[in-house]
Amino acid sequence: MAKTRVVVDPITRIEGHLRIEAQSENGKISKAWASSTQFRGIETILTGRDPRDAWAFTQRICGVCTVVHAIASCRAVEDALDIKIPANANTIRNLVHGMQFIQDHVIHFYHLHALDWVDVVSALSADPAAAAKIGQSISPWPNNGESELRAVQTRLKKFVGGGQLGIFTNGYWGHPAYKLPPEVNLLAVSHYLEALDWQRDVIRLHTVFGGKNPHPNFLVGGMASAINIDSTATINAERIADLMGMVTRARAFVEQVYWPDLVAIAGFYKEWGAIGGGVPNFLACGEFPEGDVRDLDTLYFPRGIILDKDLTKVHEYDPMKVREFIHSSWYEYGKGDSVGLHPYEGETTPKYTGPKPPWTYLQDETKYTWMKAPRYEGRAMQVGPLSRMLVGYASGHKDIKELVGEALGKLQVGPEVLFSTLGRTAARGIETVLLARKMEQWLGELNGRIKNGDVATFTKAKWEPSSWPAKAEGYGYLDAPRGALGHWVQIENGKIARYQCVVPSTWNCSPRDAEGQPGPYEASLEDNHPLVDPERPIEILRTIHSYDPCMACGVHVLDAEGREVVEVKVQ
Amino acid sequence: MITPSAYAWTEEETLGQHLISRGVSRRDFMKFCGEMAVVLGVSGATAPRIAKALETVKRPSVIWLQLQECTGCVESVLRTANPTIGDLVLDVVSLDYQHTLMAAAGTAAEKAKQSAMAANKGSYILVVTGSIPTKEGGIYTVIGGRTAQDLIKEAADGCAAILAVGACAHFGSVQSARPNPTGAVGVRDIIKNKPIVNIAGCPPIGDVVTATVVHYLTFGRLPAVDGEGRPLFAYGKRIHDQCTRRAHFDAGQFVESFDDDSARKGYCLYSVGCKGPETFSPCPIFQWNTRTSWPIGAGHPCIGCTEPHFWDTMTPFYGRLPNVGGFAVEQRADTIGAALAIGAVAGIATHAAATVFTQIRRRKATQQVPESATETENPNG
Repeated sequence: MAKTRVVVDPITRIEGHLRIEAQSENGKISKAWASSTQFRGIETILTGRDPRDAWAFTQRICGVCTVVHAIASCRAVEDALDIKIPANANTIRNLVHGMQFIQDHVIHFYHLHALDWVDVVSALSADPAAAAKIGQSISPWPNNGESELRAVQTRLKKFVGGGQLGIFTNGYWGHPAYKLPPEVNLLAVSHYLEALDWQRDVIRLHTVFGGKNPHPNFLVGGMASAINIDSTATINAERIADLMGMVTRARAFVEQVYWPDLVAIAGFYKEWGAIGGGVPNFLACGEFPEGDVRDLDTLYFPRGIILDKDLTKVHEYDPMKVREFIHSSWYEYGKGDSVGLHPYEGETTPKYTGPKPPWTYLQDETKYTWMKAPRYEGRAMQVGPLSRMLVGYASGHKDIKELVGEALGKLQVGPEVLFSTLGRTAARGIETVLLARKMEQWLGELNGRIKNGDVATFTKAKWEPSSWPAKAEGYGYLDAPRGALGHWVQIENGKIARYQCVVPSTWNCSPRDAEGQPGPYEASLEDNHPLVDPERPIEILRTIHSYDPCMACGVHVLDAEGREVVEVKVQ
Repeated sequence: MITPSAYAWTEEETLGQHLISRGVSRRDFMKFCGEMAVVLGVSGATAPRIAKALETVKRPSVIWLQLQECTGCVESVLRTANPTIGDLVLDVVSLDYQHTLMAAAGTAAEKAKQSAMAANKGSYILVVTGSIPTKEGGIYTVIGGRTAQDLIKEAADGCAAILAVGACAHFGSVQSARPNPTGAVGVRDIIKNKPIVNIAGCPPIGDVVTATVVHYLTFGRLPAVDGEGRPLFAYGKRIHDQCTRRAHFDAGQFVESFDDDSARKGYCLYSVGCKGPETFSPCPIFQWNTRTSWPIGAGHPCIGCTEPHFWDTMTPFYGRLPNVGGFAVEQRADTIGAALAIGAVAGIATHAAATVFTQIRRRKATQQVPESATETENPNG
C-alpha cells in the first residue's frame, strides 16, 4: 500500500500554532514531523530592562499557564540577587501555582482533550437513567442524577437536531475509534459543561492574590498582596473564607468528577496504554518548594531523570548536560548545523529556509520548525505530568506511589502502560488529585502563620537597585503543568544583560537532531501508532493532546539584527 | 443559511423563545439585561430595550482568528462574569471558528471557517486576538501554511466589523516592545477599510468583550470609542479617578514600600509605581473574575496595560509617575494625552496621537487628524 501524506494544521484545542505532518501506511503512522509555526522573540526584548519587570514580560509568553513564567522569572531574579522571600509569599505562590495546575489540567481534560475520546453525538442515544446509575456508581457527585443528565441530553438533542454544531462542526463524530457507551458519553458531556462554570470560580484564587486572571500580578521579593485581617483592603478574614471555599470546591470537583471520569473513560481505552509511548526518557526539575526554593529536599514533586523506562533508578538532573541542536530548525550556528550547544554558549540566529508561504508540505524539508531540539546527554527527553509522576514513583514518593498504584489497580494493568498516550493523560489526573488535596494543607499553613502574627509577604532588603552587586546571575526553575521550565537571568548595573527561558514545549515538540532522533511528539506518533482514516486523524489528536501542547512557549532569542544576544550560565 | 451554534437555536426562534426553551426565566434574562446596562454605562431604563433587541435579533456569525499571541485573551473571555447567560451571549453570536475550543482540526477546521465566511459574507463579526508579524514576509506566524497577514486580510474582507481583543491585536503588545524582533503590529495597521474596536488590555476583562457584542446587537452599531478605538463605556475614565484607594492619594497617604504599614492599611500605590493616573480602564468598576478583585485592590500597582505600547511607555513598572495631580476627573485620554508620558522611550506615540473621540463609524475621519505631540520629553530624562 502506498504511503499517504497527512497534514494536520492547525492542531486545535491547544495553546498556539502547531502543525503535524505524517506518512501513513496500512493504518499506521510510519513517520511524523512536528512543526512550530510561531516565533515571538520575547527574551531579547528583555535586554536592558529592569529585572523587577521581567516577570510581567515573560508571563506573556503564555496566557494559559499564566503564572508559570512569572514565578520562574521572580525566582531567577531572586536567585541572582540572593533574596529569600518570606514563608507566606512562598506558600501563596504554591497556592497560586497549585490552582493553576488544577484548573489547567481540568480544562485540558474536558475542553481540550475529551472530544478525542468522547463522542458528543453518541450521548444523544444514552439512557439517562442508566447514565445516572453509572455516574452514581463511580462518584457521590450530586449532579450525576437522572434528572440532571436528562436535562443535559434534552439540550443536546435540541442542539444537534437543529443541525447547528458551532464549535462542534466537522468533529469526527461516529469515528470507529470512539469506544464509550452512550451513557458514559452523556456523563462526560454533562461534566464538560459543569467544568466551564467550575473553572471560572476556582481560578479566582489568582484574583485574590494577584488582582486578576489571566496574568495575575507577582513581585520580586515576595507577593504584593498584603495581609491584615482587620483591614477592608487586604487579605483579610473575608478573603480567607472565600479562598477556603474555592479550595474545597476545587478538591470536590477533582475527586468526584475529574478523577472518576478519567478512570472510567480510561477503562474503555486500555489499548492506548500500548500506543504512543515514544521517547523512553523522562525529565522532572521538581516543583512546589515547601521551604526555601533552593532547598531541593523540600520539593513536593521531586527532581530527577528516568532513562530507558527503567523505574529502578532515578538519575540526578544536571542542567550542564543540556545541549540544543538545530539540524531541523530554522536557525544557523557558527560551527555548523551538526553541533549541539549548551544554552550557556547558545546561538539563536534565525535562518528561515522553508518554502515561501502559502506552503503545502514541510516534510520534504530538512529544516521544518522554529523549535530547537534540546537533548540531555544526547537523548531526547519527555517533560510534563508523566515525567513528574514517574520520577516520584521511582523515588518512592508516598503520595505518588499510592495514587499511581490505585489507578493501575482500578484499571487492572501494570506500570508498563504508563509509557503511553494513556499514561500521559492518566498522570495528569494523578497529580491533579494530589495537588487538590495539598491545597488545603498550604492554605492551613498560611492561616496558621497569620494566627501567630506572621503576616510578612515581601522582603524589602534588596528591592532598591542601589543594593545590588554590579553583576549578578541567577537561575529560576519551575516544573510547570506542561513540564520542566528554566529561566536564566544575568544582571549588570541594575539592568538585564541576558535572559533565557528553556521551556517544556521545546523539549516535547523538538524536531529531529543531527543523529536523526525524533522529538517526543514525533517519536510518539511513530510508536505503534494507528491512523485508520487519514481524512479524520483523531488518533493523531489523541497523542498530541496527551502532551497538552503550549506552543507560544517555543520562542527563542533574537536581537534586532537577528543575532544571538544571550548566553546562559547554568548553575 | 442557518448560522451554526454551540446550542440549538433554530432559525425559527427568537432569542427570547430560545431562552425560555433553555430554561432561562424571564426574570433572569431581565436581570442580565440590567447588569449589561450597568456594564455599558447606560441608564437602567435601557434594560428593556436591550432585552427587546436581544430577544428579536438574529445571530451574527463570529469568526475568531488567533494570531501571534499567548491565548490569554481567550482565557479571559472564558471567565466572563455572568456564566450561564454570558455563555449564552457568546453562543448567541455563533462561534463558528475558534481554535482553542473547536472539535475539528486541520482541513476540517479550515472548511468550517470557509463555509461560515461564505454563508455570512458581509455580516459576520471578526474577532482577532494576537498581533500580525510583518518582517520576513510574515514567516513568524503561519497557520495551515498561510501567514497571519494573509489570513486576517481574507477574514476581514467579508466581515461587518472587527473586535481587536487584547493588547496584541490593539498594537502588537509584548512582542512589539523594543526592538520588536518580528515586526509585530496590531489589526489597525493592516486593515484599513473596516470598523475596528480595540478591546484594550493584557488581557482585557472578558465582560468588556461580551458587553461590546451586546452593544452591537442592541443598538445596531459598535460602541462609541476614544481616539484609541476603545469603547467609551469601558475605557472612558482614568483608573485614578475611579480608584478605591483615591481618597488616600488625596490625603497624601502612600505605600512607600511593599508590605509596609501603609500597604497593610490599603493606602495609595502611587509611590511604588502605579500607572493608574494615566491609564484608562474599566478595572476599578468592572473588576476581575466575577468582581472578585482587581490589580490595585490586590495590592499591586497598575502597569497600564490598556494603553498603547505600555511595555515601553509604562516601564519601569515600579518607577513613580511624574507630576500627577493636576488633572480633573472629567478629562479623558484624548485631552490629557502625552502630558503624562513617561519612560525612556523616544518616538512612541501616546494616546495624544489621536485627539478626537468618535464613534467607530467615523474612525476614518479620526485617522485624518494630524498627529501631534506624539513625542514628549521624558521628565525623568
